[in-house]
Amino acid sequence: MKLDQRETVRRKNLLADRETLLGLYREMLLIRRFEEKTAQMYQMARIGGFCHLNIGEEAAIVGTISSLRPEDYVYSNYREHGHALAKGVDPKAVMAELYGKETGTSKGRGGSMHLFSAEHRFHGGYAIVGEALPIAVGTGYAIRYREKPEVVMSIFGDGATNIGAFHESLNVAKLWKLPIVFVCINNLYGMGTAVNRASAVTEIWKKACAYDMTGERVDGMDVLKVREVAERLVEQARTEHEPSLLECVTYRYKGHSMSDPDTYRQKDEIKEWQGRDAILALGNRLKALKMLTDADIERIDQEVTAQVEEAVTFAEESPEPDPKDLYRNVYVEERR
Amino acid sequence: MPVLTIRDALNQALREEMLRDESVFLLGEDIGLYDGSFKVTRGLYKEFGERRVLDTPIAEEVIVGTAIGAAMAGLRPVAEMMTINFILVAIDQVVNAAAHIHYMFGGGIAVPMVIRAPGGGGHQLGAQHSHSHENWFAHVPGLKVVAPGTPADAKGMLKAAIRDDNPVIFIENEGTYAVKGEVPEGEHLTPLDRNEVKREGHDLTICAHSRMLVVAMDAARELEQEGISAEVVDMRALRPLDMAPALASVRKTGHAITLEEGWRSFGIGSEIASRIYEEAFDDLDAPVARIGSAEVPAPYNKRLEKITFPGKADVIVTARALLGRN
Repeated sequence: MKLDQRETVRRKNLLADRETLLGLYREMLLIRRFEEKTAQMYQMARIGGFCHLNIGEEAAIVGTISSLRPEDYVYSNYREHGHALAKGVDPKAVMAELYGKETGTSKGRGGSMHLFSAEHRFHGGYAIVGEALPIAVGTGYAIRYREKPEVVMSIFGDGATNIGAFHESLNVAKLWKLPIVFVCINNLYGMGTAVNRASAVTEIWKKACAYDMTGERVDGMDVLKVREVAERLVEQARTEHEPSLLECVTYRYKGHSMSDPDTYRQKDEIKEWQGRDAILALGNRLKALKMLTDADIERIDQEVTAQVEEAVTFAEESPEPDPKDLYRNVYVEERR
Repeated sequence: MPVLTIRDALNQALREEMLRDESVFLLGEDIGLYDGSFKVTRGLYKEFGERRVLDTPIAEEVIVGTAIGAAMAGLRPVAEMMTINFILVAIDQVVNAAAHIHYMFGGGIAVPMVIRAPGGGGHQLGAQHSHSHENWFAHVPGLKVVAPGTPADAKGMLKAAIRDDNPVIFIENEGTYAVKGEVPEGEHLTPLDRNEVKREGHDLTICAHSRMLVVAMDAARELEQEGISAEVVDMRALRPLDMAPALASVRKTGHAITLEEGWRSFGIGSEIASRIYEEAFDDLDAPVARIGSAEVPAPYNKRLEKITFPGKADVIVTARALLGRN
């Protein structure tokens, strides 16, 4: 079967699969509500440090991560609350980590930028731009070493594609035929610097050409399009050990972090992207397909909102780390 | 007991660990087909193949990152940096990632890996190939840093480093690869957190690691002839820093010299001296003397280079001065 035919079949299958579609919708809404709550709790000083929100990027996140299996790995950056949720990490543990509690994903030692779950193979949020790409390469090498049918998804922003580690990583991923999908969440700004002021090549997917690697660009505001392409690239990584670079063009509705006054973007631009909101769009589409009613949408919203409230309650009630444990886990103590 | 060079002792350690544990693999620049810049990995590519002896591009950041990510997926990588000077290209991976991952992820994952890196000068390689940077890494919680100076310790510590569940910076020295000594066959493990007295004496204590241990032993032999009895403490375990043998020695001798190949300022000797002042101040008869290299980027010119790095003569002059025997 030709590639475009395969795509069509995949799209038809996806559109016929009500359970998957509702799952995507629910997951995106969970991230939206979770992040809205996070912003609120940050403003109430329940959460400290730097805090980067995923609002606006839900389709790119859910479309890519939902194409993975539980045994596949995700390496992420510091804007990763939604990435962890999409990989199946419990919202309670994520919120507790933002609160710095012992019950958090990283026992309160990591915070917003360093979520982690070995169980979910969510291999961490890293707060140095581009740092996790070489590490994802290593996990890709281990998969080949052990001949396992697993995939690594390495997620980063447009800013990371200008750093040396990006190029070193794509080079060896292709050279060693590693099962890695490099996902660039291109939200058009590296902190306050627009992509065209930072990168000589503004269509990030083209950077794959330098390494003779598959490069794709997809509308990151359309979860179904993202999912279709991501599924294909994940399959290509898993079965053919061909790495790829997937650029999801999207937008963060909020500032770079909670402390960003956002003076470098035009109000109209933000409004325009909000007008293309991925969650609203999928909701409307599912209504048109008679898969969802307004009442369903209301019910799902209530359910995820309750889940987020539960996460907040859990975080509020969880214990702080004990000061006597300050030095715990600097080293692994047990020898093999 | 067989006599081996440090180079061959290291090679033996790598080979034995690779035979013992299938999850151990090597990676680095020209370590395979080329047999290694300093031939430490000689023959291993031929024996184990490219899957387990992985030649990499000259790209230190991705070498260290690959080791970290492989370790996080259950392997035990041993990465070679051609010289420790090149590790600075990858210092983000070493410090921000390898050292911190276990802690910042709440103990959720381990990073069992070794980075082997030869340092040291004296070969007219100039400012970018001659320095010793172990103090940079010994500064960082989460890393273990070791710097053996004998063939037996080189083998025993490398085997122990590979089996350790933490990231270990394993310091070698280009000037010691040919140093010979007895090396136990087969299973020989040297703890990564124990320093020891390598030569007993009662007049003064010399604390040294890596190639400077060799220099200290030479100096001690010569001092003996002029009636000065020097005790040499091998500071091979830098982080965690085992001070017990050095402190016990200073309590006995009342005099201490720290000897390192790198720059003195903010160096290994600064740390050792501080610990001696904190723990054994009353036992000292004189301030601790620190010997290190001249605080310059290593010069190429042979004459200038010779006066840049510390040697036996510096130790002897310092020892005499410390004991007031000029």
